[in-house]
Amino acid sequence: MSNFFLLLQQELLLTAIIFVLLFVKLSAKEWNGKTVLSLINILLVINLAAGFFFKEKGTLFGDMYQTNDLLRLEKNILNLGTLLISLQAYNWLLKHKHAIEFYVLMLSTLLGMYFMLSSSNLLMFYVGLELASIPLAALANFDLDKKRSSEAAMKYIMSSAFASGLLLFGISMIYGMVGSVGFAEITAAASENPLFLFGFILIIAGFGFKISAVPFHLWTADVYEGAPVAVTSYLSVISKGSMLFVMTSVLFTVFSKLLFQWYNIVAVLAVLSMIVGNLFAIRQQNIKRFLAFSSISQVGFILVGMSGANAESYSSIIYFVLVYLFSNLAAFAVINVVSEASGKENIDDYKGFYKTNPALTWVLAVALFSLAGIPPTAGFFGKFFLLLGGASKGNYLLIIVAALNMVLSLYYYLRIIKAMFMDANETPVERVALNWSPKISMFVCVAGIVVTGIISGAYEYIYSLLK
Amino acid sequence: MNYSSYIALIPLLPLAAFVLLGLFGRKYFNRSAGIIATLFLLIATVLSLYTAYQYFFVNGKVGDAYQSITALNYTWLTFSENVSIDMGIMLDPISVMMLVVVTFVSLMVHIFSLGYMKGEERFATYYSFLGLFTFSMLGLVVSSNLFQIYMFWELVGASSYLLIGYYFQKPSAVAASKKAFIVTRFADLGFLIGILILAFYGESLDFNTIIQNLTTQQSSQFLAITSASFIGISALTWGLVMVFMGGAGKSAMFPLHIWLPDAMEGPTPVSALIHAATMVVAGVFLVARLFPVFSINTDALTVVTIIGVTSALFAAIIACTQTDIKRVLAYSTMSQIGYMMFALGVSGYSGENGLGYTAAMFHLFTHAFFKSLLFLGAGAVIHLVHSNEMKDMGGLRKLMPITHISFLIACLAIAGIWPFAGFFSKEEILLAAYNKSMVVYVIALLTSGLTAFYMFRLYFSIFWNKEADAHDHHGEGTFSMKLPLILLAVCSIAAGFIHFGEYVSSDGKALPSEFHLSFALAPLALGIGGILLAMWLYKTANDKPQRLATSLGGLYKAASKKFYIDELYLFITKKLVFNLIGRPAAWIDKNIVDGLMNSIAAATGWLSNLIKSLQSGKVQNYLLYFFGGIAALVIIFIYIWKP
Repeated sequence: MSNFFLLLQQELLLTAIIFVLLFVKLSAKEWNGKTVLSLINILLVINLAAGFFFKEKGTLFGDMYQTNDLLRLEKNILNLGTLLISLQAYNWLLKHKHAIEFYVLMLSTLLGMYFMLSSSNLLMFYVGLELASIPLAALANFDLDKKRSSEAAMKYIMSSAFASGLLLFGISMIYGMVGSVGFAEITAAASENPLFLFGFILIIAGFGFKISAVPFHLWTADVYEGAPVAVTSYLSVISKGSMLFVMTSVLFTVFSKLLFQWYNIVAVLAVLSMIVGNLFAIRQQNIKRFLAFSSISQVGFILVGMSGANAESYSSIIYFVLVYLFSNLAAFAVINVVSEASGKENIDDYKGFYKTNPALTWVLAVALFSLAGIPPTAGFFGKFFLLLGGASKGNYLLIIVAALNMVLSLYYYLRIIKAMFMDANETPVERVALNWSPKISMFVCVAGIVVTGIISGAYEYIYSLLK
Repeated sequence: MNYSSYIALIPLLPLAAFVLLGLFGRKYFNRSAGIIATLFLLIATVLSLYTAYQYFFVNGKVGDAYQSITALNYTWLTFSENVSIDMGIMLDPISVMMLVVVTFVSLMVHIFSLGYMKGEERFATYYSFLGLFTFSMLGLVVSSNLFQIYMFWELVGASSYLLIGYYFQKPSAVAASKKAFIVTRFADLGFLIGILILAFYGESLDFNTIIQNLTTQQSSQFLAITSASFIGISALTWGLVMVFMGGAGKSAMFPLHIWLPDAMEGPTPVSALIHAATMVVAGVFLVARLFPVFSINTDALTVVTIIGVTSALFAAIIACTQTDIKRVLAYSTMSQIGYMMFALGVSGYSGENGLGYTAAMFHLFTHAFFKSLLFLGAGAVIHLVHSNEMKDMGGLRKLMPITHISFLIACLAIAGIWPFAGFFSKEEILLAAYNKSMVVYVIALLTSGLTAFYMFRLYFSIFWNKEADAHDHHGEGTFSMKLPLILLAVCSIAAGFIHFGEYVSSDGKALPSEFHLSFALAPLALGIGGILLAMWLYKTANDKPQRLATSLGGLYKAASKKFYIDELYLFITKKLVFNLIGRPAAWIDKNIVDGLMNSIAAATGWLSNLIKSLQSGKVQNYLLYFFGGIAALVIIFIYIWKP
């Protein structure tokens, strides 16, 4: 029994936090917004810090659940991202009547991701996935007085339900073939039988939906644009990151026998995602929509790395997700405070931004440089490692497409940089007053962008877990 | 003797200046930023000179050749079991030479800017960017492996973006910096692919190991890279040509040169640094760095030669027609770098055959001095007349005697007149070309005559031609602006007398420099002819040039429009890539049959329809595509694409 507590430490801690929040919500006392939010952020810091002290590994529930150092690291990365988003959302939540519910929902999805990551069984995986998806629809609807927000929620829940249905269909097909839903049994019984392949492709499509790989990406732009900024950043970083972790591990281990199929599928999805994501990104005017499409092309890049199918490419993916987390959250941090202060969300609104908000401009510029992969930011190293991982299969066509897309993406990232620094604007965004919490978040993100690149320890630690 | 005690300081000092001025410059050092940065760089320059002294004279040769020394090596990251990424400092003749060139020219630019940029609002920012650029460039030249050089390569691109776009209120500067960044980044994708190919087959990122693996005829790596092929061309050739593509982008080689003339929008001292002596020669340096591998692959060397020769001639022709003095210099840079490139292209690896390599490096060395002198001189001129256009100048020799004399020296040097530096290096290049290919030699000779002509066209237009307007002139500039001119002028004369072959050669062994009077006559005569022609046309104000232009009609017009290369690019990028037209093949077909405009309109319409129907905002459509995606994958991977 003690084993149970040791292995489930992270999940239990998170559950405890959720319960504390529920009690706070249900208590008769009227809480002061600032107190509650500070309390929650402290709890999240504890949650993040505690993650580093757990070392136990093993399995539970008859091999349905497993944990090890790698999974703990992945959960810690998600915890960090959640904390950063929570800090960025501080001002928005301060004005919101239902801040506590926001956290209850968000942390529930995080709990779902934990189980999804730790699953070693398709059913456990499915349960985790649903727990990680359904509350997100409620979150997307959290700008209660905005129509777009409800629209985003509706689109999300419908697409999500559809994807889940197909995923479940795939799972049942595999179960039908193998007679078990355990990962170990599926690994052993994997074959190129058409029925099995069909189930496998449905599962990949389920993954593709969550990471918004083309052609399963169409919900992304509308949902990102409509949802509150905090939720958009959560969707684009945490939700996507967790799914990338699971996808990598499942493809690399469970379906390793189907390497030929999944390698080619991943390559096709990678090429499509990069090209379509970039082409759409060029045309966007709304900055959230823009980031939605740029994140689609970033996922395409990750898929290029994934196609390498070895320990190096695995660690490159985890490393890149970490880098992407810092870069994207730095960008969203700025967008969040600007949207909160002025309601402006278009790229044109950022013209002349440097005149009024030089510090914020630099934060956004560093984030965009990192997303574009310019040294010395971490994004450069992340992309280089992904390419190095992807190149190990010798598929140069893929590498050439990836490299071409790096150029194309530089073009549109520079467009924003140019707007901010150089373009004149008669009504620029006014000077945004920042309080401590977004400041801390931006500081951590920028430090992360600089440090994870220059300090080699981050990558080497990840790699050491995978060898 | 141990270099490791101080060598790292050379790149780190400019970095320190960048960090210091970047973080605190505007607040605390806005007035003193220039002095601080200059002092930092002065120390770095002294250290580089000391390193060169130690390397060439104290430690000298082992056996009869200069060795490549890894002065510092630090395993930065272990990527996988057998690939580790290092950060190191590698010293060999060319990197030591580049250390000296980069720090010295950068120091001159730092000093010059003290006067030139005085009173700029973002003075500290300017110096911090200069520091960043110098750091990246130094990191690039001492790189010990492909990853490091690629990282610094990109960093050089990013910092030059910041410098060219320094006047960010000027729309043309903004457009230019963006163009430079994107065009070079496009070329860098070739470099990146080349790196991946070479690293994949060479099984290492380290220069020495790769060169070792890929040049040993019996090694498994060599066999693998030469037997693998793609469209009938071996992987080795692909790798090298791709690497060269990156080099050609940075070095503004045809047809990737389009960013260079526009990049003249940056502050003039910046052009002296970036576009004369450092960044633009990075491509030459890169080819030289991998030269042992290039030298065993004739195909790649042929590509280098052709591109080099084309650029040299092409740019020289355009330079004759430009009226913006900085643009003339930009094209002349391109032309001179073309010289260095084809010198590498015609070179062999060892002994006498290696003359081209030595000559290229020699020309790189001398060119750095006289070209940065020309840019700084042009800067001084622009500072005085507040215009880049030749028609606003003339008769300035009396107003700015020092600039005049130093500019004249630089012009003589670049025109290849004895005893100025350019004469000696150009002589070697011509000799190398003569030994290898008559065609290359003739084009090179022709280019050299053209060079003399357009440089003196520039010189006479600025300093002679008409009488200067004496009004509101505020003198030649501060002492800080004159000092670099004088020092560089001295170098432009002295540098030629170095017996370069003794220090820098492809195999490290001394190469005796020969001098044939009979051989030198032809280029010298052509050079003088060019100068005389320019004198006749431009020394006094007259209508001869206009008459000449009219009589040459079409050619002149095409050249002054830069052979429509920019228009072609705009067409390709704007119409083709950015609006992405569905199936390029089908498009070309249709385009040829139906004419240009129809198909573009049709394709754009088709595209916007496609995009509209994709992102309709209707969930039911999204789900349909989702389902379609699955169906396609199922059909392809279950029935068609099988292992």
